[in-house]
Amino acid sequence: MSAPARPVEGRFFTPAIQIMLALWGLGTVAGLYRFTHGLGAATSMNDGYPWGLWIAFDVVVGTGLASGGYAMALLVYVFNKGRYHPLVRPALVTSLLGYSVAGVAVAFDLGRFWNMWRIPVSVWDWNGTSVLLEVALCMMAYTAVLFLEVSPALLERWAASGREDRAALARAWLPRVERALPFVVAVGLVLPTMHQSSLGSLLLVAGTKLHGLWHTGLLPLLFLLTAVAMGYAVIYFESIFSSVAFRRPLETRLLGRLGVFIAGVIAAFVVVRFAGLFLSGRIGLTVSSGVHSFFFWAETLLFLGAAWLFMQQGVRAHAPGQLQAALLALFAGAMYRIDAFLTGFNPGQNWVYFPSLPELFVTLGLVATETMAYVFLVRKFPILAGVTAPASRTVPAAAARQGVVS
Amino acid sequence: MAEMTRRTALRTLGAAGAACAALAPGEAEARVARQPDPEDHGLLVDVVRCIGCRACVTRCKEANGKPPDVRTVAGAAYDAPVDLNATTLTVIKRWAGEREAGFVKAQCMHCVHPACASVCMMKALHKGEHGIVEYDVSKCVGCRYCQIACPFNVPKFEWASVAPRIVKCELCRHRAKDGKGPACAEVCPRDAVTAGKRGALLAEARRRIAERPRAYEREVYGETDGGGTNVLYLAPVDFAVLGLPELGRDPAPALSEVIQGGIYQGFAAPLVLLGALSIVTWKNARAARKEEER
Repeated sequence: MSAPARPVEGRFFTPAIQIMLALWGLGTVAGLYRFTHGLGAATSMNDGYPWGLWIAFDVVVGTGLASGGYAMALLVYVFNKGRYHPLVRPALVTSLLGYSVAGVAVAFDLGRFWNMWRIPVSVWDWNGTSVLLEVALCMMAYTAVLFLEVSPALLERWAASGREDRAALARAWLPRVERALPFVVAVGLVLPTMHQSSLGSLLLVAGTKLHGLWHTGLLPLLFLLTAVAMGYAVIYFESIFSSVAFRRPLETRLLGRLGVFIAGVIAAFVVVRFAGLFLSGRIGLTVSSGVHSFFFWAETLLFLGAAWLFMQQGVRAHAPGQLQAALLALFAGAMYRIDAFLTGFNPGQNWVYFPSLPELFVTLGLVATETMAYVFLVRKFPILAGVTAPASRTVPAAAARQGVVS
Repeated sequence: MAEMTRRTALRTLGAAGAACAALAPGEAEARVARQPDPEDHGLLVDVVRCIGCRACVTRCKEANGKPPDVRTVAGAAYDAPVDLNATTLTVIKRWAGEREAGFVKAQCMHCVHPACASVCMMKALHKGEHGIVEYDVSKCVGCRYCQIACPFNVPKFEWASVAPRIVKCELCRHRAKDGKGPACAEVCPRDAVTAGKRGALLAEARRRIAERPRAYEREVYGETDGGGTNVLYLAPVDFAVLGLPELGRDPAPALSEVIQGGIYQGFAAPLVLLGALSIVTWKNARAARKEEER
């Protein structure tokens, strides 16, 4: 835990943030409309497509994109690659934000949202065969775990702050949190392994509705692999994004060494998927299913393209290639998940679904809120490493903490 | 039992277990399947007898306090639901085969092993008394997973409401205290809908087939389809023509329950994983601390 992470500081209300605020406003208006007029008025969802954009994108894709914390924790704390430590904290922050946004999206989506509290509380009503219950409980627990994992950043700031009461609190809690951290990290690895695979298992029951190119008993494994791939890809994206946005040095070489590993994960996904299709005698569907075949190949080519570019990073790391690789992998993973939940889903009887404007506004508003929260947090708290902080704040968090511990 | 334990151990290998279950589901699915209970309550729908008068639709709405589904055609208003929906628990639809055509009733099938109840987080939908698939709104969060899961597209959602419920046929169980059965069966002028116990209904279905073998398909839909349903169908044509899905003998939620149950049996796999990861992360953290001290 020697990463000298520092607050970025600087002005918060940049033009980009002002645009996000406008999107937040649109999302809020659309959200109010949903709560006052009901889901039927605000969304395009119907009895055939009871899950729409909010579940398929905000929750299923959103938590996939929020798998960065999971991916990095696996690398640093399990495979013990300490050199990647500077990437862990920003990854945990985006994961925390991503899962929080998913939770808010679920509150928008649930018809009887005021009953939500029953899910973690009414233990005697828990249905052991419900995949969704497992996903819901795991995601709630994981959000709490992510908060614990991120909390040292908050406590370090307080420890270094001038206010004596806060500093005392931080000094008392930092060592405790850090002692518990190995166990917290382990819990934070088990939970996403469970619910990211279970996101795929959610669709196992829909055998008569989900197209054969997506419906397979291997769904949990395929979703877990996409979570890992998207998790590492989002680390690339975030690192490059924050370098450009906050003028900190690129982590090109550090990221480059990861490339071969990510390529391997993506290759495993493609191999497992094709093996499943071969073994179930469905390989013909890849050419005979019209628009579904098109989407299948689009996903596959995006994945393979991403794997190829990631592989190159192991040989010669360069930032533009990394950004391309990351974007391809993120698109591929997002597309696979959207296709499994919407494009490949056909309830029959001529039902159609395309998200309504309020649905899009709510989703855009949530993404904007998430981005604003990230910018706010990295400006105020010691999250990013390699930041050249102004002279007034050069007390490095690690140094402040050493004083605390001794 | 020894066989079970060994299989359980295999399953707890997590992802590998899932892959095994996924690739050889047949035998495993038979294991989670429940047996139909001949004492369960159900319906026998005889498509040969149905003349499409829709008395059942109207009577059902009265008995369940549902408003008419008004559609205006050329200036005239009709109570004309085109499908099951938030105000329609049973509906009559037209079907047409190559030579014949007729009418078919749709409502909840009251599956022996229902997908909706299998996926419901808090057992809002559950198998109740007499095998009726019941809905308890107090436990419902409105997630609509039941709608994703039901192969018959039966559960409907009150989209227009700000306090929406799931709506579906519950075999008029609220009328049982008055000694009454399902309203649709009570009103049917042709006895095309018969209410009764599953075992008796199945015997009656077989009797009708034996009596007029040329009028009926030889199978009874729901006897084994999708693990069995308590609503049974007799038809003059292939059931697919009526729009009934081909489900095979396994219950719709079997694959999901076998794979999910395989991975999480006794919660052993997650706990083993947690233990292993805790040891690794703790050792790594200690090593890192020692390095820092040096």
